[in-house]
Amino acid sequence: MNLVLLGLNHKTAPVALREKLAGLVTDVAGTYADLKARPELQELVLYSTCNRVEVLCATETPEDALRRLRDFFSHLPEASLDELDKSLYTHQDRDAVQHLFRVAASLDSLVVGEPQILGQIKEAYRQATDHRATGPILNRLLHKTFSVAKRVRRETGIGDYAVNISYAAVTLGRKIFGSLAGKTAVLVGAGEMAELAVEHLKGDGVGRIIIANRTLERGLELAQRFGGEAVSLEELPDQLLFADIIISSTGSPQYLLTRDQVKGVMRRRKHKPLFFIDIAVPRDLDPAINDLDNVYLYNIDDLKEVVEINWQRRHQEAVKAERLVAEETLKFLDWLETLAVYPTIISLKEKADRICEAELDKTLKQLGPLTEEQRQALEVLTHSISQKLIHDPILFLKGNQHPERPTQSLDLVRRLFNLDPDREAGAAEEE
Amino acid sequence: MGNSLIYLTLLAYFGATGLWLGFFLAQRENLCLGGVWLLGTGLVFHTLELISRTWAAGYLPVATFGQALLVSAWALVAAFLFLYWRFPIKVLGALTAPLAALMVSGTLILHPEHGAVSPMLQSLWLTFHIILALLGNAALTLAFLGGIFYLVQERQLKQKKFGFFYRRLPSLEQLDGLNYWCLTIGFPLLTAGIISGSLYAQYTLGSFWNWDPKEILTLIAWLIYAVLLHERLTVGWRGRRAALLAICGFLVLVATFVGANLWFGGYHSFASFLTQP
Repeated sequence: MNLVLLGLNHKTAPVALREKLAGLVTDVAGTYADLKARPELQELVLYSTCNRVEVLCATETPEDALRRLRDFFSHLPEASLDELDKSLYTHQDRDAVQHLFRVAASLDSLVVGEPQILGQIKEAYRQATDHRATGPILNRLLHKTFSVAKRVRRETGIGDYAVNISYAAVTLGRKIFGSLAGKTAVLVGAGEMAELAVEHLKGDGVGRIIIANRTLERGLELAQRFGGEAVSLEELPDQLLFADIIISSTGSPQYLLTRDQVKGVMRRRKHKPLFFIDIAVPRDLDPAINDLDNVYLYNIDDLKEVVEINWQRRHQEAVKAERLVAEETLKFLDWLETLAVYPTIISLKEKADRICEAELDKTLKQLGPLTEEQRQALEVLTHSISQKLIHDPILFLKGNQHPERPTQSLDLVRRLFNLDPDREAGAAEEE
Repeated sequence: MGNSLIYLTLLAYFGATGLWLGFFLAQRENLCLGGVWLLGTGLVFHTLELISRTWAAGYLPVATFGQALLVSAWALVAAFLFLYWRFPIKVLGALTAPLAALMVSGTLILHPEHGAVSPMLQSLWLTFHIILALLGNAALTLAFLGGIFYLVQERQLKQKKFGFFYRRLPSLEQLDGLNYWCLTIGFPLLTAGIISGSLYAQYTLGSFWNWDPKEILTLIAWLIYAVLLHERLTVGWRGRRAALLAICGFLVLVATFVGANLWFGGYHSFASFLTQP
């Protein structure tokens, strides 16, 4: 059995082409019905994200399967054949397995290490099983893929380093507060990045959100959106008493808070830690605030630097992840190879059973009437002789797979036991 | 049984050290779990060793520096495992296990001195005094180790330079919580150790307080911790300041344990526990 993968991604195809093909996959039922009807595509999974469209199939005839899949893609009215040929890549067997593992582990993503891709592939697999497009090989491969992706996540730091500014702020918050659950965040001013940060904070369990805005109207609007409370900007120093995290992004030309103001508050709030995030330019918060004990101030450049370093770390971790993927690919291929021997094992057993039955019949006729016990003893005897005889050949098949010539021992056993009487000896490879 | 128990203890502690350092580097949970189990196994051997020594001598043997180290190491591991059960800060094991292993090694390296042990040391009440004091020391040692981690982590967050330790150390909140927790356990134990000792001194020596070097240093350490606890509870001192005070207090305690015994003399020193035969 062979594996074939055909697809295109953000590296090979422009977004316009990806969009067209993704549109094709939206009609999942039609696509699966169309492709499943082809005998050369025995098992099938297709997945599309905004960065890729790929089809993976298990087949006995890889060339035919590839041709069929290529036809299927170029069949689309929107895509020109020329354009497609430049963008499509194909992978077979080992490369196909490795490619799928890399995709699911987010090593092939635009943002290396981003966590969504695994969920998207899981969803695609669910759809494939809904349409009964998968079989034993792809089921096993996809389940393995999920476990490999999880292993990569667990054993490398590929997803540990925040690579966008608002998320970097949240991870810093976690290192200060442990858990953000039940903490209070104050949003001073509003802007896209500040709002994104609040979304992240809410996702991390921040309990209360206070919005301090110059115009109360806009503040109320935001408060409604985030389920928080609005206060006026003048109340900010007082709000520091209850706050834990302050995100500031106003257009104010002067500092909104000075070191002394924060120092005064710290004593009143019994030195509970305060985390300031200043994403405004020019800055809203006096940089000297960072000198106070239990107060941490990060401005936009600090966060950018964190993100920059994290990018480098992620790429370092990706090297480790590649090694894991290569290792798991080999393991899966081993399994795939043992799979090839099963039809032979089955025909070997069938042949042995057939001989047993025929000989038993003959003998029983000659012996005349026997007691039930004697009959059973004879059955057991013949059966165990045949089982013992084929036991070693089966072990040989399972264990003696030559890595370079996997079909050699298979071929040998089939010829030795004459399992393909119709075919010419030597031509038999697989059922 | 001879010395085999103490070697088993040592082996377990060094093994736990290896696992924990491995955990620290590779961040694999199962290494940490293995470390906990190995440390626990070591503690069982350690306890048996102390019981057999106590059984042989008829009292808890703490007459030499080596013997005192063995009991201190036991208290440290016991306190750590108790802490771990209630307050699992995994990386702390990476400092505790090697420290315990070194302390037990110290016991083996220091030559056992022989001599008649002063009858003052053979009382059950004194054993009680020693165990309280050493358990208090152990809890405060953990506060010290946590304090070191706190300072490292806080420095990285303040200076915005995230190195090797940043990912591996827990959050500031957890480390500060560790400081508080150890303090609330260690300080009462230390206090009880001082009170039980002074009651025994009144009973045997006729006065509660003798201005012995060890007593003075312990009093200083006690005052440091008292200030820390008081300020924590009233003003809300925490974080860096709390970590620094815990470190200062610990250094005084080390001076109490090592220095007072070896250099300053006085009736608490090990030299006075043995009369040369």
